[in-house]
Amino acid sequence: MSQESSYERYHRQMILPNFGTRAQQLLQESKVLVIGAGGLGCPALQYLVGAGVGHIGIVDGDQVSLSNLHRQTLFTSDDIGQNKAEVAAKKLSRLNSDIHIEAISLHLTNHYALDVIKGYDIIVDGTDNFATRYMINDACVLLDKTLVYGAVSQYEGQVAVFNHLLPTGEHSANYRDIFPDPPKEGSVLNCVDAGVLGVLPGIIGAMQAAEVIKLITGIGEPLVNQLLTYQFNNHQVFTVKITPQSKTSSFIPTDATAFKSIDYVWLCSSPQNTLEVNADEFDQLASQKNIDIVDVRELHELPVVHTFSHLRIPLSDLKESAGQLKNDTVVVFCQSGMRSLQAAKELSALWGDTKRVYSLQGGILSWIRFAEKK
Amino acid sequence: MKILFFGQLVEVVGAKELSIEGGTDIHALTSSLHQLFPLLAQAKYVIAVDQEIISDNRNLQEHNIVAFMPPFSGG
Repeated sequence: MSQESSYERYHRQMILPNFGTRAQQLLQESKVLVIGAGGLGCPALQYLVGAGVGHIGIVDGDQVSLSNLHRQTLFTSDDIGQNKAEVAAKKLSRLNSDIHIEAISLHLTNHYALDVIKGYDIIVDGTDNFATRYMINDACVLLDKTLVYGAVSQYEGQVAVFNHLLPTGEHSANYRDIFPDPPKEGSVLNCVDAGVLGVLPGIIGAMQAAEVIKLITGIGEPLVNQLLTYQFNNHQVFTVKITPQSKTSSFIPTDATAFKSIDYVWLCSSPQNTLEVNADEFDQLASQKNIDIVDVRELHELPVVHTFSHLRIPLSDLKESAGQLKNDTVVVFCQSGMRSLQAAKELSALWGDTKRVYSLQGGILSWIRFAEKK
Repeated sequence: MKILFFGQLVEVVGAKELSIEGGTDIHALTSSLHQLFPLLAQAKYVIAVDQEIISDNRNLQEHNIVAFMPPFSGG
């Protein structure tokens, strides 16, 4: 793109006091990763792309659904069923074709989070669950990345800048300086269970984009060592000071190997809740040693699975045969995911907290579709 | 002394704001609130005094503003 049209595109922000070509150049040279193209990620992405951040990554493994449309402003009814990262990247490249946009259509897990995050300067957390939020926080601390956090709860939202490198050479507070260990999923409701008005994540996501632009250009005062809470009902803002705590480092994995060995989903799961894993997560579990994989379908059911080693114990025999399962991690699957969920619940009730039990969501049929696509 | 509640703690307590007598400390305040609102004892939160998150016990005066802040996860 020519310098003239680039000047015209960014003219309205470049004429601002203290902005100019310097700030525009800094935006152009920056790499920002937005994790989650949902209620927070969509508005954040729109403003970052519009402002001319030169390299933007979008991570999301989910598909667009009808219940997303009231708040996830990049998507339309035509996009339902398609991957969010890919749809978002396509739409955003039409907004600004001068910049490089990369879609990463995966659920971010700790197996590849470090590889994805290391290529970027600033990370935007637009996720919707504690497991991923803690994982991203820890990855950013390990890789010395600045994290722009945003989250909502019913009629309130929060924004903060975590782990930012200070002129003193130290890093600012991160999420674990506020809440060292994760709450159990279910003890705090998410948008699905608690509800959310579309405009609230819109406001918070736009505030996250504002923090990113401030960090890159050096304009204003980003929310470093501060946690801002915005109240939708009266527009009140409550900002609290946060301080790095000496004990925090003991909660964060010391290196990549330790990071990859943490089961973030399990850390946030409540014992009475049975965990479902998708095909991708199932493959990761299946590649581990010391795991029992169990087909709980009846013995005559097809297709017979040869791709990975497993036991066959029909659901009706499962309780009596549970003693056969010697490993601490057990993954059950069936045809479509219904019976295995029942099986996982029964096993969890039997074993309590002593073993980790997972059920393959969508069953073996969903896994086969995933494997074929791969 | 003004006590503020955020997020789902508003539902737990049934109010965004309470006013109680000062001259106490964090431990005494939380244990009396836990007795009044048993669900608060099960909730996860941090406490900010005068807009600074604290992790230790401290004395509270009439002029302090104490905020109970739960973690947010939605997005």
